[in-house]
Amino acid sequence: MKAPAFAYAKPASLAEVFTLLQQHGEGAKLLAGGQSLIATLNLRLSAPDILVDITGLPGLSAISFSKDTARIGALVTHRELEHSYEIAQHLPLLAQAVPHVAHIAIRNVGTFGGSIAMADPAAEYPAVCVALDAQFVIAGAKGERRVAAREFFKGMYETALQPGEVLIAGEFKIAAKGYRSAFVELARRHGDYAIVGLAAHANTVDGRYADVRLAFLGAGGEPVLARATAAALEGKAFGPDTIALAQATLARDLDPPADLYSSSATKLHLARVITGRALAALAQ
Amino acid sequence: MTGTNMNHDIETTITLNGKPVTRRIAPRTHLVDFLRDEMGLTGSHTGCEHGVCGACTVRMDGKIVRGCLTLAVQANGRRVDTIEGLSDSGELAAIQKAFHERNALQCGFCTPGMLMAAQDLLLHKPDANREEIREHISGNYCRCTGYQAIVDAIEIVLTQNRSGKKSQVTA
Repeated sequence: MKAPAFAYAKPASLAEVFTLLQQHGEGAKLLAGGQSLIATLNLRLSAPDILVDITGLPGLSAISFSKDTARIGALVTHRELEHSYEIAQHLPLLAQAVPHVAHIAIRNVGTFGGSIAMADPAAEYPAVCVALDAQFVIAGAKGERRVAAREFFKGMYETALQPGEVLIAGEFKIAAKGYRSAFVELARRHGDYAIVGLAAHANTVDGRYADVRLAFLGAGGEPVLARATAAALEGKAFGPDTIALAQATLARDLDPPADLYSSSATKLHLARVITGRALAALAQ
Repeated sequence: MTGTNMNHDIETTITLNGKPVTRRIAPRTHLVDFLRDEMGLTGSHTGCEHGVCGACTVRMDGKIVRGCLTLAVQANGRRVDTIEGLSDSGELAAIQKAFHERNALQCGFCTPGMLMAAQDLLLHKPDANREEIREHISGNYCRCTGYQAIVDAIEIVLTQNRSGKKSQVTA
């Protein structure tokens, strides 16, 4: 199908963006890579009055590092993350997640910020950001604020972004020595949205798990942090008994809603399967 | 700032297959529809129109993109290359020959998009193995399901390029 009619503007500064957002209110939508937004327009799932193309804004396209922090600009594309040596070195969980995002022609255009702001419950980056306890930098007419990823995702396609605000970057603590990452996802076909997926990050000292963060995608309206399972894993030695313990505990954290293809019970089962795989990968 | 006026077409200049083209375009127009309906370049196909099938694959600023998930106005100031441009320039000659000789097309609907994705791989991943070929074309659907021959054809050209031989495909 074709998109409904809308107006289009490509401002050159954030100030102009804020003016347009104020002028058009809920009728305005921000356009970055457009790889989710334009699909929803084509399917007539949304009908904005105006698209505000933010790809002309300066300063939002960089990956930068300072001391122990990595900053990813909202307009950094999936492909840039995939090809970044520094991301592979310092944020291996994110690097492992990128190849699961759609296909190359879409990764060439789709952006980090777009994926975060869209907040699709089956998207990869929101879970990665929750696992890594990232912060998002949000700009508004009155200035900047920061929101923790764990507070940002409010439900299916719902975030802490207020009308008139623009997500401009994500900030991550770079992976400390001893920490390992594993990203595991099950999809019906390569590049499809996940049935269920897991972003796992943990300290591994002397063959034991510590400071475990398990963030699931496709298991709720927003990324689900498995706190009870993480607590159960604290200090436990690598091995099949520990994996079985984690799998048994998972039902305390997850009550995944059924989707078109999988029942809640199936999803919980699959979440246990990928938990086993992720914990095994972290132990290697 | 460009085009803040509501309900107005946007003046857009695209370097299309090497030549600058300027048109006033309605913002809702997808790049692939602009190419097909306005420019008569019907080699890029409209399949699913929501980014799944890859039949509309074109190159923008050297990278393959979805023509149905790109607005024509977003291509303003950019270079767009289509199957027609790459075919006429001879850039696709080797992969086209391999597709032909390997019977890597049946109905042909997916073929332009497949060739665009295949050429992207040939340019950027000359050492790709069969698994990597499959991953690279995973965003392009062939509903005749002729993937085996398509992967064969791409592999042949990769092998030729690696050995530096002129294209000499044996069936």
